[in-house]
Amino acid sequence: MGSLSQSVVTALSLIFAGDREVYAAVWTSVSTAAWSTVIASLFGLPIGMAIGLSNFPLKRFTVILLNSLMAMPTVVLGLLVFGLLSRQGMLGSFGLLFTPKAIIVGQSLLATPIIANYALSSVRAADIRILPTALTLGAGPMQSFTQLTNEIRFGMMAAVIAGFGRVISEVGVAMMLGGNIRWYTRTMTTAIALETSKGEFAFGLALGIVLMLISFSINIGLSFMQEEHQP
Amino acid sequence: MRLRTIAIALLALLVCSTALTQDRLRMSTTTSTENSGLLKVLLPPFETQCNCYVDVISVGTGKALKLGETGDVDVVLVHARKLEDKFVADGYGVNRRDVMYNDFVILGPASDPAHVKGAKTSAEAFKRIADSKSTFISRGDESGTNQKEKEIWAAAGMTPQGKWYRSAGQGMGEVISMATEQRAYTLSDRGTYNAFRHGKSDLAVVFEDEKGLFNPYGVIAVNPKKFPHVKYDLAMKFVDFITGPEGQKIIAGYKVEGDPIFFVNK
Repeated sequence: MGSLSQSVVTALSLIFAGDREVYAAVWTSVSTAAWSTVIASLFGLPIGMAIGLSNFPLKRFTVILLNSLMAMPTVVLGLLVFGLLSRQGMLGSFGLLFTPKAIIVGQSLLATPIIANYALSSVRAADIRILPTALTLGAGPMQSFTQLTNEIRFGMMAAVIAGFGRVISEVGVAMMLGGNIRWYTRTMTTAIALETSKGEFAFGLALGIVLMLISFSINIGLSFMQEEHQP
Repeated sequence: MRLRTIAIALLALLVCSTALTQDRLRMSTTTSTENSGLLKVLLPPFETQCNCYVDVISVGTGKALKLGETGDVDVVLVHARKLEDKFVADGYGVNRRDVMYNDFVILGPASDPAHVKGAKTSAEAFKRIADSKSTFISRGDESGTNQKEKEIWAAAGMTPQGKWYRSAGQGMGEVISMATEQRAYTLSDRGTYNAFRHGKSDLAVVFEDEKGLFNPYGVIAVNPKKFPHVKYDLAMKFVDFITGPEGQKIIAGYKVEGDPIFFVNK
C-alpha cells in the first residue's frame, strides 16, 4: 500500500511546514480536551474518592452504575446534550450549540465517570488505615487527608491520563455538538472524518498520524510527571 | 511545583480561546456545497466584507432545515425545493432566493451491467437497475439527493427493497466511495461527482440530461419573528452577497480540475 508512506510524508510536512488549518484543528482538539479533562477531574476525582472512602447503603449499586457509565456511547451522550443545548432545549438560551464550549460540556460528561472510576480504584487499592493511623498519631483531619492524597497520587494521575485519552480520541461528541466548523470547532477527529467523506483517504491518514503523535506525546509527558511522584 | 505549571498553561489556554469575539453567522448547508470546496472560495470575501465569521455546519438537506426549524442556525443553503417551500410556508424561513444549480446524474460501473445507458427517463433507468437486481446505494439520510432519489423511485412506480438496495445513511462522498468499491449504481449531484472523478472513483455517468434531474440550490434566512435571537440582518447581508454580482461571479468561476461545479441563473 503506497498510500501509507505517502501519508507519513504528508503528516511530517503538515507538522513542519506549519499548515495553519491543521494547527487550528490541533489547537481545538487539545484545548477542548484539556478543559474537559480539568472539569471532569474537578468532579470525578472527589466523587471517586468520596465513594471509595465512605460507606453508605447504596454503595454497591453506585459503584456498578459508575462502572456502566464508563461504557456510555459517545453518540448517545452527544444526542442527549444536543437536546439540552439546542435552542429548543432546556439550556438553549445560552446559545452554546456548535461552539467549542458545547464540545467541552459533552466531553466533560464523557470523562467524569472514567476519572471517578480510576479515583475510586486507587482509593480502594490504597491502605485506608492511613486515615485513622494519621489521626491517632496526632495529625489534624486536613493533614491526614493530605497524607492520603499523597499516597494515591499515582492513581489520581492515572485517572487524569485516562480521561484525557478518552476525550482527545473521541469523534461522536465533537461532531454532534461542535458541528465540525472550519477554523472554529473542527477538531482533529472530525477533520479526519471529513477528509474520509471527501475520499481523501491519504490526507485523512496523515491527519491521523499527526493526532497520534500529539496525543501520544501529551500522554507520555503526563506519565513522566506521574513517575516523578511515585514514592 | 509541576501542578502550578499546568495551571498556568491552562489559564493561558482559556485566555486565548476567549479572545475571539467577532460576530458569527451560523449557516447549515448540504455536504455537497462544502465537499466540493466552493465555500472555501465563496466565504472569505464575505467574511472580510462583514468583518464576521461564517460558521458552516454541513449536513444533509433534511437535517440542515431541521437546524433552521429549531432556531439553531441563522441561514440555510440547501437543495430540495419542495422541503424549502414547506420550510417557508411553515413560517420558519423568510426570503428564499435561488442561488445556483447543477444537476443530478446516475452513476454506475463503466461496464453498465443493468444496461441503464439505453434508458429514456430516469425512472426507466432506476427500473432497469431494480429489475436486474444490480446493487444500488442510497444516501438514506433525508438529504436533498435522497429526496430526489425517492421522487424517481415513485415515478418508476416502485418501492425499492431487497438485498441489492443498500441504504448507507452517509454523505455523498462516502456513498460514491462505497459505490466505487462495490461496483454499484447510485444517484449523485454532478458537483460531488466531478470532485471525485479524477482518481477517486472510476464510476461513469450512465444517465444524465433530463429536466427532472435539475438541482437548484436556495438560500433562506431563518425567520426572526419566530426566533428573535437569530442574526437576521447578517443573514440577509449574506443572502444579498451570494445572490449579488460578486457572489455569483465566484460561483460561476469555481472549477475543480477544469470542470465547473455549479451554474448560476442568468
